[in-house]
Formats: sequence, C-alpha cells, structure tokens
Amino acid sequence: MTQNRPWIPYALILPSVVFLCLLFVVPLVQTIWLAISENGVPSLANMRTMAGDLNFGRSLINTFLLTLAVVPIQIIMALTMGSMVSKMGGGRETILWIWTIPLGISDLAAGMVWLSILQNTGYLNSILFGMGIIERQTAWLTYQTPVALFIGIAIAEIWRGTAIVMIIIVAGLNQVPKEFKEAAEIFGASQWTRFTRITLPLIRPALQSALILRTVLAFEVFAVVYTLGGRNFPVLVGEAYNWQNQNQNYGVAAAYAVLIMVISLAATLVYLKAIKVDPERLP
Amino acid sequence: MKRMLSIAMLASTAMSVSMPAQAETVFLSTQLRPIEEATAVREELLSGLERPVDYVVEEPPQFAVRMEAERQAGKHTISLVGALHGELSPLADKQSLEPLDDLAKKMADAGMPQSLIDLGKLGKAEQQYIPWMQATYVMAASKDALQYLPEGADINKLNYDQLIQWGKKMQEETGAPQIGFPAGPKGLMPRYFQGYFYPSFTGGVVRTFKNSDAVAGWEKLKELWTVVSPNSTNYDFMQEPLASGEVMVAWDHVARLKNAISGSPENYVVFPAPAGPKGRGYMPVVAGLAIPKGAPDKEGARATIEHLATQEVQLQTASLVGFFPTLDVQLPEDLDPGVALLAGAVTATQSASDAVISLLPVGLGDKGGEFNKVYMDAFQRIVLQNEPVADVLKAQGETMSKLMSDTKARCWAPDAKSEGACPVE
Repeated sequence: MTQNRPWIPYALILPSVVFLCLLFVVPLVQTIWLAISENGVPSLANMRTMAGDLNFGRSLINTFLLTLAVVPIQIIMALTMGSMVSKMGGGRETILWIWTIPLGISDLAAGMVWLSILQNTGYLNSILFGMGIIERQTAWLTYQTPVALFIGIAIAEIWRGTAIVMIIIVAGLNQVPKEFKEAAEIFGASQWTRFTRITLPLIRPALQSALILRTVLAFEVFAVVYTLGGRNFPVLVGEAYNWQNQNQNYGVAAAYAVLIMVISLAATLVYLKAIKVDPERLP
Repeated sequence: MKRMLSIAMLASTAMSVSMPAQAETVFLSTQLRPIEEATAVREELLSGLERPVDYVVEEPPQFAVRMEAERQAGKHTISLVGALHGELSPLADKQSLEPLDDLAKKMADAGMPQSLIDLGKLGKAEQQYIPWMQATYVMAASKDALQYLPEGADINKLNYDQLIQWGKKMQEETGAPQIGFPAGPKGLMPRYFQGYFYPSFTGGVVRTFKNSDAVAGWEKLKELWTVVSPNSTNYDFMQEPLASGEVMVAWDHVARLKNAISGSPENYVVFPAPAGPKGRGYMPVVAGLAIPKGAPDKEGARATIEHLATQEVQLQTASLVGFFPTLDVQLPEDLDPGVALLAGAVTATQSASDAVISLLPVGLGDKGGEFNKVYMDAFQRIVLQNEPVADVLKAQGETMSKLMSDTKARCWAPDAKSEGACPVE
C-alpha cells in the first residue's frame, strides 16, 4: 500500500513532529535565547551572574557528587535484583510489583516520605530513642550535619529511582537466550564467569539505556533534595527554581536550565561512546 | 478513515474555541490561599455582593507569570487582584494597574490612615492599590520557656542580649537549642533582616548595609545563632516546629504562627521582637487590592473593593483569617483567643516607645527577589559558613549598590530620604 502512496509514513509521523516542535523545540530555542541575551541583545550577563553566584559551585559539586554516589549503586542493586528475580519460579510478578512501588510515587511525595522518617520528630529518631541509642531528638538534615544530610538524600534517591533501572535491566535479562548459559554450564564456567562473560555483554543495550536514563534523571534531581535539604543542599535544578520563583530572574534561571541540558547531553554522549553496542542488536 | 480524522479535528478545534463565558467578577489573590481561608473568603467575606465574585488563588510566582501573560496577550480575564505590596510593585512598574484615586479618597474619609494609603501609591503620583489587610511579624514562646527567662527581663521589652541569655539557658536546661527562625527556602527570613535586624542594629536598611553598626550586629547574630536550632534553615512556617515542640521560641509572620497559637492559646505567649542598640525594628505587611488595566469587569471590581473595605467586613476578616484591618477600628471583644494574643503583640510592637518602623521596599520593581537574596547570601556566608563579616558585607554591599542603581529605587524608611538611587554608605 505504501508503495502507491509513499507519503503515508510521513503523514503519519507529522502530528508527532509538529507536536514536538511546538512544545519542545520552540520553548528550547526560547530558553536558550533567554539565557544568552539581556533586554533583547545577545549578552553573557546571565551566565556571568550564574557562575558568580554564591551557590553555583556548591550546587554543581552537589549534583555531581549525588549522581556519582547514586547511579553506580542503583545499577549494581538493579543487576542484583534482576538476577535474583530471574531465578525465581513462583511469585516473580508479586516481587517485581512490590519493588516498583516507589516508581508510582511522585518525587515530592517520596521526599515527604523520607522527611517523615528523618526529621527531628521522625520515625528514625523514635526507633533510635526507643532502643536507647539517643537520649533526645537528633537532627540529621541540617547544615551542621552535611554527611548525614548527604547520606539521607542519597538513600531517598536510591529508594525512589532504583525501580526504573531494574525494570529496564529485567527486560534486558529476559532476552538473554538460555542456550548460551546452558552451554557455558556444560563447559564448567562458574556463575561469576557466566555473569561477566555472557549476561553482562548481552544486556549492554539495556544497560546503556538504563545508565543514560538514570544519569539524566540524576542531573535533574530536585524535589527529593528540596524537601530533605532545602537551603542546605543546593543542586542545579533547585537553583534554577530559586532564580525563577524566588528571585524572579528568568534569564539566570534559563542559564541554569541550559547548563543542565548541556551536562545531560554530554553524559549521554559519553555513555553512547563508552558502552559500545553491537549495531545488529539495535532495534 | 479520512472523514473520521477530519471530524475529530473539527471537534477538537470547536472545543478549544468555545470557552465558557464569564459572568462573574474574577478576583485573583496570592493571599488567603489555604482551603479553609479561601472558603471563608468565598462564603463569608464575599457574600452579600450584588454580582457574584469568583475567588481564585495563585502562588506568588505563578501570579506574576499569569499577570505578565495577560498583559502581553492583551486578553484579560482578571478584574481584581489581591496581593502583597511587594507583589503589586512590579505590576505598577509596568503601568498595568488602574489608578484608584477616587477610591483612595473614599477610604481616607472612612478612616483609613493616610500613611497606609500612601503606601498604595508605590512611589507613583496615582493610587495603585487600596490597602486591604495588614499584618506584621512577632515572636511566640511556649509557656514552658518562660521559666528560663533571664531575671529582670520583661518579655514585652526584650533586647538581643536578653534573648541570647534566654536561649543559652534553654539550651543548657533542655539539652537542645530552642529558638527557631523561618530560614527555610520558603520562609520569610529576608524580612527579618530588612524589618527587624537591620533597623534594630543600624537604624537603616540599605544605607547602613555595611557600616560598623552592621558589622557589630552580625557579630551579635552569630552569637545568637549558637543557641538557634540548626533545623532553622529547613523551617518555612514556624507554627509547625512550635506546635510539635521542636522549638520553644520562634519569630515569624502572624499568619504563619496562627495555627499553633489558635490551636492552644493557653500554651503560648506572643510578644514583640527584641530591640537592638538603635531601637525595636518592625515591619508592617500590607496586602492591597488593585484593578489591572483592561480588566473585563471594572465596576464589579470596584464594588468588591468597597465591600471588603467596610468596617464590618474588615473585622470579620480579622476574626476569620487573622489579618488585621487597614481601617482604624477597634477589634471586637469576642475575637478568637489565638488571634487576640497575636493582636496584643502587634499592638505592643507598634506602641513600643523604642519602635523603629521599617517600610516595605518601594521602587524595586521585579528585583524584590534579588534584593532579598542580598541579605540571605550575607546570612549564609557570615552565619552559616563563618566567613569574615566585613569582607562579606563589602562584597554583598556592591551587589546591593548595583541593584539600587539599576532600579533607581529611592531610600525608604527607616533610611533617610535620598535624591536618586538609595546609596550604600
């Protein structure tokens, strides 16, 4: 049919292209222009304000530290969880369903959940007090306890974001043919060898998608950090939000947005280059 | 198939075109947003008007964006806005508010103080908004804290040394710092610096930003901060930590203390903020009503303003939502006991012999947020990061200077008047 009417495929994708242009490309161009102009003239004033700001360095470091701490742990956890679940017979769906519950909760709600655990009058302090470990309410989320604050935020992020990585990896694991593993077993390969030599190379595409998705999301981290750390743990998106909402300076907010986009694009490129995927295995 | 598609497209176009016709006066407010308060406005304060009013609320940042969008599009849906002095200032700056001089005259005749009406001019020749309700900031303490009050200290006449002593005693006795400030991301801490800290220690806000009095003041604040709960940088509304017992003493906006105080008025005392060497700084908060240019229903909006400014409705507003009248009226005896406590502290603040009134910033336009940031950055660097006071004030003072010369804002009280942009001395 398409041979007679070659325009059909184009007509079919047209709505989505128009939609993306209207709601993504246009705002993107506008944002970039907002970031690199002042009063309608090209200018680096917004970039300078951003780079000279008190919290710019801290938010950059915090965002990278959090990403570096959270993403590897999540990948390892997701691989472990995925491997465990693949060995299960019954109840596999139930376990998967339970593991993905945090995925159904909004960022902000996840932040609130962890705030109710970690704040002064939270569950953690109640338990520690009940066990006689602390004598009175202990503050974990203040500027005086940066390590505890960082760990708290990292745990909340790991809790919230591991499920999405796991789902992608489970999908990848499902596609690894059983025959390969069986053959390796016959030749006497250990479990570790089978994992590193067969499973890992075969789930590369899934791993790549998971890493890209999770890292980009990690650079965009906001609501959980905002709820738990507030002013004490500035991150890039949080600063963009502050410049937009509190300081009402849309130009500097746009500069932050552009910076986050550039970092995310760079991270994606790095993953695409670093984790080579056999072109034949691409969809 | 083709036909189906065109029908679907037609249907969706038709839906987007046929907006519901608006018969009501749309009243957009950044104040009284919580559902209980909004319901009180809709069902009590706005009842009895001839034309129905649709009361909608919006958070301040979205309010600014929406007003700007309507201004740029030239398509107006909002007839009346209710917002804080500082939120209306950028609108007036863009000439997008109707002059209300005739209404202002009526208000003056009805007994609204001229000083308050003049605030509504926002530094311009014509009346930009009509003062709607007012509030201020006070301190609240749970009665358990009173036993630690230093000897001879009168809670209504505290000074900073006594507050620090009190804080130290509370920390020694209870094992944890018990004073709290709303220094969280949504807290009103910048107002503490502009209306309380700077006027009390330096007798100014902008001119005195980095002088020797300011340096001494910041040193005092650092001393105070040793007995302030480190969770303060997470607190947005002090009523929550106060009610949960995380802190015993707190400073905040009356509306942000109200739930704790009204919840158990017998457990709290409410009193003025402490005094420094230059007096007892305090800042009135004024919310105003304004009509955007191009409003679809100006008559309805005017009628609503007049209705909200009647003596009866102003008193009703005080007892329902805890904001105080802008008309010069006596509060009734049967006021909610929590609101009565807050009102008592407001009166004590205003009538204190050493009171230093600090007005809201005028003429900053949309730079109000960055003005706040100057104080909060100084606070973060000096108090939280322990950087040398004089160096930080010098650097922040330059930012302040630039902000003032960019906006050409003149000095406002308690700073002495200036010819051009307010200088940082």
